[in-house]
Amino acid sequence: MSFPWAKQYEPKQPLMRWLDEKLPVPRLVYNAVGAGYPVPRNLNYFWNFGVLAGAALGIQIITGIVLAMHYAANAGVAFGSVEGIMRDVNAGWFLRYAHANGASMFLLVVYIHIARGLYYGSYKAPREMVWLLGVTIFLLMMATAFMGYVLPWGQMSFWGAQVITGFFSAIPLVGETIRIWLLGGYAPDNAALNRFFSLHYLLPFVTAGVIILHIWALHIPGSNNPTGVDVKGEQDTVPFHPYYTAKDAVGLGVFMLIFALLIFFSPNLLGHPDNYIEANPLSTPAHIVPEWYFLPFYAILKSFTADFILPAKLWGVLAMFGSILLLFFLPWLDSSPVRSANYRPKYRAFLIVLLFDVLLLGYVGGAEANARNVVLGQIGSAYYFLHFLVILPLVAASERPRPLPNSITEAVLEKHAGTSPAKTALAN
Amino acid sequence: MATVDDRLPPGEDPTLLHEEVHDPRRRDFINIAAVSFAGVGAVAIVLPLVNQMNPSADVLAQSTTEIDISKIEPGQAVKSSFRKQPLFVRNLTPAEIAEANKVPVNSLRDPQTLAERTKPGKENWLITLGVCTHLGCVPLGAGEGENKGPFGGYFCPCHGSAYDTAARIRQGPAPRNLEVPPYNFNSDTVVTVG
Amino acid sequence: MVRFIAMLVGAAFTFVLALALWGTVSTAITDPAPESAEHVFHLHPKDAELSSAGFFGKFDNRQVQRGFQVFKEVCAACHSLKYVAFRDLAEIGYSEAEVKAIAGQWVIEQPSVNPDTGEAATRKNVASDRFPSPFANEVAARAANNNALPPDLSLIAKARHDGANYVYSLVGPDGYRPQPAALVKEFPGAKTPPGLHYNPYFANLNIAMPPPLTADGQVTYTDGTKATRDQMSKDVSAFLTWTAEPKLESRHGAGLAAVIFIAIFCFLAWGAYQNVWRDVKH
Repeated sequence: MSFPWAKQYEPKQPLMRWLDEKLPVPRLVYNAVGAGYPVPRNLNYFWNFGVLAGAALGIQIITGIVLAMHYAANAGVAFGSVEGIMRDVNAGWFLRYAHANGASMFLLVVYIHIARGLYYGSYKAPREMVWLLGVTIFLLMMATAFMGYVLPWGQMSFWGAQVITGFFSAIPLVGETIRIWLLGGYAPDNAALNRFFSLHYLLPFVTAGVIILHIWALHIPGSNNPTGVDVKGEQDTVPFHPYYTAKDAVGLGVFMLIFALLIFFSPNLLGHPDNYIEANPLSTPAHIVPEWYFLPFYAILKSFTADFILPAKLWGVLAMFGSILLLFFLPWLDSSPVRSANYRPKYRAFLIVLLFDVLLLGYVGGAEANARNVVLGQIGSAYYFLHFLVILPLVAASERPRPLPNSITEAVLEKHAGTSPAKTALAN
Repeated sequence: MATVDDRLPPGEDPTLLHEEVHDPRRRDFINIAAVSFAGVGAVAIVLPLVNQMNPSADVLAQSTTEIDISKIEPGQAVKSSFRKQPLFVRNLTPAEIAEANKVPVNSLRDPQTLAERTKPGKENWLITLGVCTHLGCVPLGAGEGENKGPFGGYFCPCHGSAYDTAARIRQGPAPRNLEVPPYNFNSDTVVTVG
Repeated sequence: MVRFIAMLVGAAFTFVLALALWGTVSTAITDPAPESAEHVFHLHPKDAELSSAGFFGKFDNRQVQRGFQVFKEVCAACHSLKYVAFRDLAEIGYSEAEVKAIAGQWVIEQPSVNPDTGEAATRKNVASDRFPSPFANEVAARAANNNALPPDLSLIAKARHDGANYVYSLVGPDGYRPQPAALVKEFPGAKTPPGLHYNPYFANLNIAMPPPLTADGQVTYTDGTKATRDQMSKDVSAFLTWTAEPKLESRHGAGLAAVIFIAIFCFLAWGAYQNVWRDVKH
C-alpha cells in the first residue's frame, strides 16, 4: 500500500513475530495507523478530525452498549427506564449524558471533517472512493442519530419520528403504505420503537465496517494535504507514528475537554426541554425542531412552500434528500484539476459563502417560521443548490488557479522562509 | 530549532537545524508523562463502565422485606421473597424441633444447631432462603403437600439434596445448609428480613 | 453529462424556490401574519437565584427541604412526582428514620392488592416506593381538574425552557396577575376565558392551574424561615430543580476533576507533540 518507502513491520519480540506469521494483525495496524503509513508532513489541525470521528464512534459504541443494559425498548416503560438510568443506575447519568452529547460531538467533528474535504479538494481523483464511502458513513450516521433520538420516548422523540417518517408519505401513490410499513402502525408506537432500537444498535457496527473501507481506500493514494499537491518523494512524508499520533493526541485532548465541559456542566444545552416530557400522541409540542445537526436540512425541507407540477411537500422532501445525495456526485461536478482552495481564489470565495449559508440554514431550521425567516431559508436553500450544482462546475471551467508549489517540501520551506528572513538566505 | 536527527527527511539541509540543544531526558519525560496520563484517564473511564453493572439504587432499596407471620400455624410454611429470591418462613412443631435437636452436630456436613439458626425464644420460627446451596434450585417442602424429603425438612428435586427440619443439609450434593438471612422480629407477628 | 444534468436539477430547485419565495413575499405584503398576544405579552422568567445554578452550583439542602414542604402541602394535592422515590429524600439531608416517617405518613397511599381477596387496595408507603400519584390515571386527573391535566413535576425544571426560573416566576407573587387592559384592547380575541388564569410566564398566557401560592404564611416552615410568597416559590423551584437533576452535585464535582485532568493531559500532549516534531518542519 501507498508509497515504496513506507517502513516495513519488523517484529522484535518473539511473541509478536509468532503472531505476525500466523495472523498479521499487528502488521495491519502498523501499516494503517502506525509507522508504516507515510503521511504528508504539512497536514494542519483540520486533519485531526478523521481520527476524532473514529474516537467519537468508539465512545458512542461503548456508552451505547452499556446503556442498552438498562434501557427498555417498550413504549410503556422506555421513558421511565431512561429516568431509572439517570437516577438509580450507578454512574448512569454520566453514561447517558455522554451518549447524548457524544452524538453531538460526533456530528460536529464529522461536519468539520467534511468541510475540510470540501476546502482542500479531498473528494477529487484519486480519492473519489474515499469520498463516496465518507458520504455513505454520513448517511448511516444520520439514520443512527435519528433513531437514537427516538429511544428516550419523549415528546420530541415521538414527534420527530412522526415527522420524519411522514417524509415518506410524500411519495406519490405508495407513500402512505411505505410510512405505515416503516412504523409498523399508523403512528409511532411500540413496533416502531422496537425496530428503531434494533437498528440503532446495528447501524454503528455497519458504520464501523464502512469506516474500515474508508481508511482502506484512503491508504491506496495516501492522505491529501493542504497544498493538494501530490507526494513526490520520501522527503514529503513522515511516518504516521509517532508524528501524527502525537498531533492527534493534542486534538483528542481538546476534543475531550469540550466534551467534558458539555457532559458535566451543560449536558442539556444541545437538547430540547420537550424531550423531558413523556411522549403523548394526542398533543404536539408548540415548536417541533430536530437536533441541531439536522437543522440545515430541516430548513431546506421547510423552504419549499409552493406547488409546481409536484406538490410542495414532495419538492421539500426531494430537495432535502437531494441536498445530501448530491454530495455523491461532487467528484464529477468539480472538474478543476487543482485540489486545494488555497490556490483557487474564486472557488474559495464561494465556499466561504457556502459555509455561512449552511450556518444561516441552521439558524432558520431552528427559528420561528415567520416571513423573514422563511425568506432567508428560501434564499439560503437556493444558494446551497446553486453552489453545488451550478456554480461549482462553472467555476471549475472558468477560474485561473494560482501557481502551485512544485512539491510539499517546497511549500513547507517557503512558509518557514516567509516567517524568518534570515533562514531564507540560508535555504537559498 | 532542534538537533540533527536521523529521522530527518532527506532533502532538507540539516545545517538549518543547528540552533539549540535540549536535554534529551527531559524530552522523553514529557512523552512518557503524556502517555501515562492517557493511560490513567482510560482506566478512570473504565470505572463507571464496570460500576454500572452493580445493583442500582432501586434494586438496593428493595433489599428489606416485611412479613406478617401471624397466620402461619405450627407445621405450616410460607414462601415469600427477599431480594427477588424465594424465602421460606416455617413454624416448626415441637416434634420437628425435637428431631432437629436430636441430631449430633458433629456428624453434620455444615455443623450448626437449630438454636444458632433461629432467634432466642423463637426457636419455632425457621426463616431461610429457599435457594439450594448446590446450584440454586428452589427446594420442595414449603408448600402444602410437597415432598419434604427423607429428613422431613426440604428436598431439592434438581439433584436430590435433602435438608432436615432445621434446613440443614443431610444428604445429596449441596455443600451448605440453607442460608439464614439477617432478620429481626419487629413484634411477635411481624418480621423484617434484610 | 453529469454536470449538465446537475445544472438542470440545480435550476429546477432554484426555480421552485423562487416561486416559493415570490409566494412568501407577496403573502407577507398582502396578508401579513397578525401579531399574537403571546408574542407581545409573554415574559421571560425572572432569576430565582438558586444556589444550584452555575458551574459550581450546589443544592442548599435547607432550601430544598423547605421546597419539599411546599410541594407536600400545596402541589402534591394535584401533581404527581412519579420518578422520585421517598428514599431519594436522604440525598437532601433527611435521615433514614425521617424518610421512613415521611413515607409512612404520606397522605396518598400506594396502590396494591388485597392479599386475601385480590382486589385493588392501597397500603402505606415505604422508603423504597416512588411518590404515589394523586389520581389513578389521566382521565381521573382531568375529571377532577376541569379537563386540565396537572403535569408530573419530577422533571418539570428540565422540561421547560429555563425551568428553575420558570417555576419560580410562574407560581411567584409576580406570576398570576389581572390581564392587562392593553392586551384586551389590542387583542380582543385573547381575553382570558373563564376557568383559566392570566399568567405572563405561561407559554400561551392563560393557565388552567389556579394560583397555588396565594398568601404569605401558607405553609409554616419548621426552620423558622418566613414563608413569604416569594420565598415559597423560590423554595419549591429549588426542590423541583433537585427532583429533575438529583445528581447535579456529583456531576459538578466529577466535572471539575475531569476538566482539570484533561487540561493537564492537553498540556502534556502539546509538549510531546512539539518534542516529536522538533526536527521536522511542517
